[in-house]
Amino acid sequence: MAAATSRTRKGKIRWSKLYSFACLRPSTSEERPADRVGQPGFSRVVFCNEPYLHKKKPYKYPYNNISTTKYNVLTFLPRALFEQFRRVANFYFLLAAVFSLFSLAPFSRASLIVPLIFVVGISMIKEAIEDWHRFLQDLDVNNRTVKAHLNNGVFVDKPWKDLRVGDVVKVNKDEYFPSDILLLSSSYEDGLCYVETMNLDGETNLKIKRCLEASLCLNEDEEFSQFKAKVRCEDPNPNLYTFVGTLEFEKESYPLSPSQLLLRDSKLRNTDYIYGVVIFSGHDTKAVRNSTRSPSKRSRIERKMDHIIYILFSMLVLVSLVSSIGSSLFLKHDMVDWWYLRLPDGSSSEDDDDDDLFFNPSKPVKSAVLQFIRALILYGYLIPISLYVSIEVVKVLQKMLIDKDIELYDEVTCKSVQARTSNLNEELGQVEMILSDKTGTLTCNQMEFRKCSIAGISYGGDITDVDLAASMRMNADFEPFEFSMDETNRGTRSFELFEFSVSGFSAQNGNARLLKTEEPVIKGFNFRDDRLMNKNWIHVPNLSDITMFFRVMALCHTGIPIEDDNRITDKLSYEAESPEEVSFLIASQEFGFQFFRRTQSLMVLKEFDPSSMKEVEREYKLLNLLEFSSSRKRMSVIVSNEDGRFFLLCKGADSIIFDRLADNGRTYEQATALHLSSYAEDGLRTLAFAYRELEAAEYEHWNKIFTQAKATIGPEREELLEQASEMIEKDLILLGVVAVEDKLQKGVPECIDKLAQAGLKIWLLTGDKRETAVNIGFACSLLRQDMMQFHLSLSREAESNKEVKWLLFLALQAIEEDILQQIQSSYKLLCEEGNNEAPYGLIIDGKALEIALRGNVKDEFLQLAVNCASVICCRVSPKQKALITRLVKQYTGRTTLAIGDGANDVGMIQEADIGVGISGMEGMQAVMASDFSLPQFRFLERLLIVHGHWCYQRISKMVLYFVYKNVAFGLTLFYYELYTSFSGEALYNDWYMTMFNVMLTSLPVIALGVLEQDVSSDICLQFPALYQQGPRNVHFSWSRIIGWILNGVVTSLVIFLANIYILSPTALQRNGFVVDIDSLGAITYTCVIWTVNCQIALITHHFTWIQHLSIWGSILLWYIFLLVYGALPPNLSGNAFQVLIGVIGPAPLYWTITMLVGVVSLLPYFVHITIQRSFYPMDDHIIQEMEKCLKKYDARDNEMWEREQRNSQRSTNIGFSARVEAKVLSFSQQMQQKKLCVGAITSLQKQIDTRQIQLALAQAEVMHLRFRHGYGNGAG
Amino acid sequence: MTDPNRERYRIRETAFYLFTQQSLPACKPVLTPGWVITIFLFMGLIFIPVGLVTLRASHSVVEIVDRYDIECVPESSRIDKISYIQDDSIPKNCSRFMKVRKYMKAPINIYYQLDNYYQNHRRYVKSRSDKQLLHGRKYHDTSSCQPVELNNGQPIVPCGLIAWSLFNDSFTFIRERAELKVNRKNIAWKSDRDHKFGKNVHPFSFQNGTLIGGGKLYPKIPLSDQEDLIVWMRTSALPSFRKLYGRIEEDLDVDDVIVVNLMNNYNTYSFGGKKKLVLSTSSWLGGKNNFLGHACIIVGCSSLVLAIVFTLLHLKYRRPYGDTSYLPWNRKSLSG
Repeated sequence: MAAATSRTRKGKIRWSKLYSFACLRPSTSEERPADRVGQPGFSRVVFCNEPYLHKKKPYKYPYNNISTTKYNVLTFLPRALFEQFRRVANFYFLLAAVFSLFSLAPFSRASLIVPLIFVVGISMIKEAIEDWHRFLQDLDVNNRTVKAHLNNGVFVDKPWKDLRVGDVVKVNKDEYFPSDILLLSSSYEDGLCYVETMNLDGETNLKIKRCLEASLCLNEDEEFSQFKAKVRCEDPNPNLYTFVGTLEFEKESYPLSPSQLLLRDSKLRNTDYIYGVVIFSGHDTKAVRNSTRSPSKRSRIERKMDHIIYILFSMLVLVSLVSSIGSSLFLKHDMVDWWYLRLPDGSSSEDDDDDDLFFNPSKPVKSAVLQFIRALILYGYLIPISLYVSIEVVKVLQKMLIDKDIELYDEVTCKSVQARTSNLNEELGQVEMILSDKTGTLTCNQMEFRKCSIAGISYGGDITDVDLAASMRMNADFEPFEFSMDETNRGTRSFELFEFSVSGFSAQNGNARLLKTEEPVIKGFNFRDDRLMNKNWIHVPNLSDITMFFRVMALCHTGIPIEDDNRITDKLSYEAESPEEVSFLIASQEFGFQFFRRTQSLMVLKEFDPSSMKEVEREYKLLNLLEFSSSRKRMSVIVSNEDGRFFLLCKGADSIIFDRLADNGRTYEQATALHLSSYAEDGLRTLAFAYRELEAAEYEHWNKIFTQAKATIGPEREELLEQASEMIEKDLILLGVVAVEDKLQKGVPECIDKLAQAGLKIWLLTGDKRETAVNIGFACSLLRQDMMQFHLSLSREAESNKEVKWLLFLALQAIEEDILQQIQSSYKLLCEEGNNEAPYGLIIDGKALEIALRGNVKDEFLQLAVNCASVICCRVSPKQKALITRLVKQYTGRTTLAIGDGANDVGMIQEADIGVGISGMEGMQAVMASDFSLPQFRFLERLLIVHGHWCYQRISKMVLYFVYKNVAFGLTLFYYELYTSFSGEALYNDWYMTMFNVMLTSLPVIALGVLEQDVSSDICLQFPALYQQGPRNVHFSWSRIIGWILNGVVTSLVIFLANIYILSPTALQRNGFVVDIDSLGAITYTCVIWTVNCQIALITHHFTWIQHLSIWGSILLWYIFLLVYGALPPNLSGNAFQVLIGVIGPAPLYWTITMLVGVVSLLPYFVHITIQRSFYPMDDHIIQEMEKCLKKYDARDNEMWEREQRNSQRSTNIGFSARVEAKVLSFSQQMQQKKLCVGAITSLQKQIDTRQIQLALAQAEVMHLRFRHGYGNGAG
Repeated sequence: MTDPNRERYRIRETAFYLFTQQSLPACKPVLTPGWVITIFLFMGLIFIPVGLVTLRASHSVVEIVDRYDIECVPESSRIDKISYIQDDSIPKNCSRFMKVRKYMKAPINIYYQLDNYYQNHRRYVKSRSDKQLLHGRKYHDTSSCQPVELNNGQPIVPCGLIAWSLFNDSFTFIRERAELKVNRKNIAWKSDRDHKFGKNVHPFSFQNGTLIGGGKLYPKIPLSDQEDLIVWMRTSALPSFRKLYGRIEEDLDVDDVIVVNLMNNYNTYSFGGKKKLVLSTSSWLGGKNNFLGHACIIVGCSSLVLAIVFTLLHLKYRRPYGDTSYLPWNRKSLSG
């Protein structure tokens, strides 16, 4: 009996907790939400266990299949075509092709239509393949199975997609819920179940859901054969935290609340099975409603490219206008006299067949319009038709190279980085802000027991990585120097910090974690201290405190031991509400306090008894459990031991515990507080342990009050419980603190460090609570101790204001004021201290954020946030994550990258310019919404700094070259028009022109786009500062774009004029033949081909055989083409017939012109780069030169190299290096003081003359200078 | 990707592996001042001699140009040249004197030059049928020849504006009362004669319509042998052009006076075009054109100048190779 009540009680206490996570908390008792059922917006009716009733109207609801594809078989063609022709350039070419069907176009039909089909076709195939993959993923999800009730209590496997509203399903442990389900009963007799909602809101602790008492009986398969009920509830909506409805069961109506609703995409944990009925299915589910369709993202360069296309279009329209006006003027004034044209006579032309509309002197306006259209098509080569398709091809190849990069391959998960959409590659090189999720992204969602401080003594090592690295750095330059790290801890250990070996300190990974502790053997336990391990703690003084400490660890929790069938040792594993509790249980097991059985009111420990040196079993009666909540920040259990003594064991946040200590319980307070701060700086999560012995009478008295409070029903219940617990949780005796590490994923601090050096800002957005977030901030070096922290949160009154309801507006305003004031004062502080280089960190809470992102506070908030070195947002909802992302993007105009792993990050991932999903986890939602998927966070470093940088350079070079190439070519066509009275005759053969973009110039540009490297990948990583070129957009600035257009104009002028002046009107060869339109065209075209291909050779820095082949091969290909095309019979080759071998080939003039024109047209660019390189070099130029130097001397440890590398680490405020810098500075100051001190003392003692003191002072000064010079840059 | 896959990659350090890892061996040229100066010097050294050679070739060409379109109209008709040229009853004979200033070595090319004549006009260029030229009347579709395609329902061979407006001035050359022999063969590209103009295609119904354009053709001679037509049908690229008329195969001495008897038939007066007669020798590089030579010399000289300027600049504002002080972080620390 006791067991049953205890269980129910436990459930009931938890009951109150259910709401603690709900941001938008529905009004509970006052308003009776169930009353709203049946009103508009609350009209859904579900017949439980009668899904067939939902097959026809009015209760027809969608099936449970979901689809994320963009197209289906029918809509693919129209929609994909529409997408394609939404691009201006493609639409233009479509029009050109349509015009070519009539006689308007100056070219043959095929030469206009073929490239268009080619270009559009390739893009559409790409779309189709991408959509096909989405379809397959949907299929995979839709075909997962779940046990659904068939009839007569028989449950069968049913694929998700066939589920219908009203179906009764049985979900087993660790399965995902297939849709939104109303919980009917669970394997626990009180109808509880544990749910992991990480995919929805990112919170890692398990949520408890509880069924109605009425449906508790439905806990067997058979029960469902006759089960009938009716649910009336709200209509589908995206709100995760609300649910309003009623259940009509056995002629009674019960109100429903969110705690009965199990949401799709969450997972059943710690519960064997549940029964439930499907309420919302497929696209009606809250999770799906919450997800927005992934927007098609375009990179910054691509968007700018549109502007370039517009510029080119205006150029096109301009020259076309000139042409058409010129043509009509000629027509009006001159052409009528050109008898050889036999222009139609105005009077008789009405019904004349051969009426040439283009040259009709009687209708000059009409002719001008037609000429204008023809000119638009003729000069179409100004618009790079193949630009889009080339970029697409290049991006697919880039994507392939990213996917194949072996450095981006994770051996653990056997997954590699995948670029899921290829059109954002270059955007990777322009990222300025990273918005990161915490759990699963930075951390593994795994807690490790790392350190503890018991009775004022710290165990578990005390050297931090930062200290270590800082000392290494100093050690590299200075003589060994004895230094004790931790003054308070001198008794236990002192380190000769500067005598660490430097062998591991190579230039390449100057800030790698050096003495990386090898992976812990026991999961969740990474603790090494011989004083405690292997039962050695029995030799430590204060034995009673230590045993008490371990008891608190083993008893004050909610965990349960798991019987593992095939375990080898006698070690148990545990399950608990939070992973840290698990780590405590494992740790206490390691220390010899194994928690091995829990009954409803009993906890059994296997304790190691120091007196008998044996293991003994001890039973503790669990009397009360005051559970953890985010407002209480502590948890207590009241137990009685075998001797009948009552203990209150308490663990909680240090501030809370320290406030509640008894006067005699503060023995270790000072020492513990010191340890606490050092643990916290390492990013460890700390909890303080305390206990109190209770008198039996005191307990009895209190227990009465408490039971009474529990029995209360109504809104004041919580308050009463709170008061009751306050009464007992006081006068505690401090035992110590533990520090657990929220284990970071491999390489995260290094990666963040590199990214910080590259000038990226990293914001942490997490659904977890503030303490956790701040811990991780420290662990990742986003925060550090000397950083000024701004905390924004709602004031306590505002938060607990119960009157918010009816004073909603006023209260909101007050809150808004409050937040605004906080922001303003912080910002003022920031501005005032602006000169001081101490960085700032901003920590903001979800609720405060909600206010801060409102209209008028928004700007102030963002201004503050952007100026802080690091920003941490905690307890934010998925929607808020997306909102922050959007606002940051809008406000700063910077490129943002969002990285996350769960469904709660989907909004953010979709909203950011680049969304990155972590693919290591089970849930695929984030990956499916992402643009890039990484197995681990650390790959972001290489992805951005190497691939991003490269792709940015490549694409921008490529686009600029494309513009240049087409301007240079297209304008020659225009100049020629000046000589043909604007009649629309093209200088070149149609097929030359078609070949231009398709064959003769496309391969080098693709090779450039795929393989160009300004510096090698190693050097990219060594000089992360080089990445700044992307965010500053140096390679794709307007001045560059204009420069390249001008270069194209100059080139076209040189090519055209030189050819005209050299070739006309005199003979081409010795035999006296002169050039005609065909040979002039071929010669000029040869010059164009040479020039544009040599130009790309000039902008390429990285020549592999592929580049050589494509560049020189393209030139050769032109001659081959001319030869082959010219050898075709004249009716095929037209005016190109034998033009090379018969006409221009034998002429020496042809070859001379090619050489001269090629050189002259490249000369302006060449002079430009020469001047730039020699006198105004860019970063990559210098580093290229350094790279060359390095090769020459073959010295990796070249002093200059190392120094520059260090210097390049910019004055970053966050990251590991920055912390090291700060530490080095503080070390050097300490050392200097010591030296001075020692010097002064010795001089006084030994009465040495002042000269020596001066010498010592000078020496110290010099040393100080050296420090500042060498290392001071960073920390200032 | 699976694990064995990765192993395979590792083991095979093939070109493909290097390609996917983007570590193919590569040459990475860095533009150093040394290279720049060398390149400019080299260009100077190439282009100046080339320029001199081409200039010399151009200077070796002797050219006599005589504009005759105005002089050949009698004084009385000069007010209304158009009606003069359109009046078939007036004889169009005309004599011109050309004085040879420099020794001209045979073969001497005879050109007629037309200015302000838009042979490259789109309407004009398109108005021909290559298939008909090759196959004659067997090829029926003459729609491309508008507006000169049919005459009384019969296709015209050769059809089209170009053929219709065939140039028809003719020239004879007399030196010291003896007629100079003018070779009018081989004035058209061989590829045209052999492959583009039919050997069995004879003119048909040509210049029979109401409007007579330019010259007539010999009805009995196949098109492939009517080289005037072939030359004319190679439309010129620019509105001012020369076309080969024939070659004088005798050397002309200094101070020879050549009398040109010409038939001034072709109407350029309507549109203000000029007609010129050009006698020109040729060099290995073709005709007389100083532009190429000058351009080469200018490019060569400016390259040399640039080389010198760069050398001086480099000496004065020397930036050591790979000088790290230009790196942004160093620059920043210098300034701040």
